[in-house]
Amino acid sequence: MKRPIRIASGQGFWGDWLDAPMRQVEAGPIDYLMMDYLAEVTMSIMQKQRSRNPELGYAKDFVPLMRRLLPAIVRKGVRVTANAGGVNPMACAHAVLSEAREADLSGKVAVGVVTGDDLLPRLDELLAGGYRLDNLDTGEPLTSVLDAVQSANVYLGAWPLVDALARGANVLITGRVTDTGLTLAPMIHEFGWAQDDWDRMAAGTVAGHIIECGAQCSGGNCMYGWERIPNLDDPGYPIIEAHPDGTFAVTKHEGTGGRVSVQSVTEQLLYEMGDPTEYITPDCIADFTTIAVKRAGKDRVGVSGIRGRAATDSLKVSISYSYGYKAVGTLVYAWPDAVKKARAADKILRARLDRLGLVFDEFMTEIVGVDATHGRLAGPPDPEIAEVQLRVGVRARERPSVERFSREIAPLILNGPPGVTGFASGRPKVEEIVAYWPALIPKSEIHPKVEILEA
Amino acid sequence: MTSKKSRKATKKVRLLELAHARSGDKGDTANVGLIALKAEYYPILKRQVTAARVAKHFRGVIEGGVERFELPNLRALNFLLHGALGGGGTLSLKTDAQGKVFSSALLRMQIDVPRSLHV
Repeated sequence: MKRPIRIASGQGFWGDWLDAPMRQVEAGPIDYLMMDYLAEVTMSIMQKQRSRNPELGYAKDFVPLMRRLLPAIVRKGVRVTANAGGVNPMACAHAVLSEAREADLSGKVAVGVVTGDDLLPRLDELLAGGYRLDNLDTGEPLTSVLDAVQSANVYLGAWPLVDALARGANVLITGRVTDTGLTLAPMIHEFGWAQDDWDRMAAGTVAGHIIECGAQCSGGNCMYGWERIPNLDDPGYPIIEAHPDGTFAVTKHEGTGGRVSVQSVTEQLLYEMGDPTEYITPDCIADFTTIAVKRAGKDRVGVSGIRGRAATDSLKVSISYSYGYKAVGTLVYAWPDAVKKARAADKILRARLDRLGLVFDEFMTEIVGVDATHGRLAGPPDPEIAEVQLRVGVRARERPSVERFSREIAPLILNGPPGVTGFASGRPKVEEIVAYWPALIPKSEIHPKVEILEA
Repeated sequence: MTSKKSRKATKKVRLLELAHARSGDKGDTANVGLIALKAEYYPILKRQVTAARVAKHFRGVIEGGVERFELPNLRALNFLLHGALGGGGTLSLKTDAQGKVFSSALLRMQIDVPRSLHV
């Protein structure tokens, strides 16, 4: 029987703990290291970077990270799957290849580059071809925001990565590939699973879902018994130990902190869950009501029983477009009557903005320490509360009103209620809002491309 | 007197005593996965923590409706809270724009359990 393969999670998002990938490679045996970099808004940030510099548009930290990792992964035979390529996987690949050459690893690094997800250059053609790319949430046609579109990427699944692995790549760099595809692909490659083996596709997808947020399944952000979770200063990131039959264990390296328990894994299974009977990916539809989760030892959870159904004929497209502007300002009010003072300041601010005739699509006030996260569910505030933070935000389609708002916070320090502080960071920053537009496209329109580049 | 008797048969506890939870976002919708701390709590959650009860709990906090899905295999319920995130994603001005702590907001809910239940 083929031995199980170990797929380790090294990054749960762009900005995750920089030490995690190296620890995964060094602290014990693994076969694959998967790293997820792309959230919905990430692509538009990368698109902006590429429009300023055609050599950019990917997760820049991935390159110095690979400089550290390459000698170890080459020595140990670990293969990397990462969607760090963003909107420019080829530039990312070339940057990694040049690191490989500098590290004297020529001939030992083959980068598999997966492209074909970028639909921005094809939008006009697709719309002309009759694909309206209606917003999945609102039903509006894309033409209503077409001029404001900044990026458009289709979610690719595991199969282009399987191709790259079969062709010998040991570092896979992709654009918009699903988080789950980065974990499923090594399983398909190693075990030779068939495309229509839906239960196994679903099993690999569920495994991917469990580890795609890094330590969030191994003790991080874990509500269950959080105070008893050991050594979160050195959390063990999760590892999937996958078997050819589609069963797998979730575990972590020995000697690391954090905890892998039925509870920690269950919390992650439910993260960002919609209808649990249909978790739709390009590779299959996974049914989360079939998952059996069982303790299998210390920091080891067995997962089995997963059922899947045939993938749909379409792929999801993630489109980003300029929507408008927002700014959020804060001030801190101290005892006595901290809450009353914060509310009075809010009232004054609103009156002044009204007088200026400024119109906002949204005007939001929160009192941090009182109602910012749980609203009225938090109950009445403690009248003796030491301090609260007034947090006021506005949103508008046009920049000038938001800009004006950002200048109205500071004056309150000298001409509003007393006991105010905490304005060290200056005027609130006016931020451009890049909104997200989900749509569908038939699979037949999408042609992923895989290239292998050797150092 | 019967009503007094039936009151005595049950006690109020917060969901925090019976469950743990995790929440996340999808657009302007927050999801809350509610997981029973013990297997014997799951039927209680299933019976009492209905979509209607959760909608009532979050009245004034969310703008849309509530959907509920059952995952008996994980002794869990999944709730979708629509219109919860002030527009969601990058549009939201809220501290909790991604719905990360709707989980504990749900655990504030009080439900009736048999007085004999050990929590």
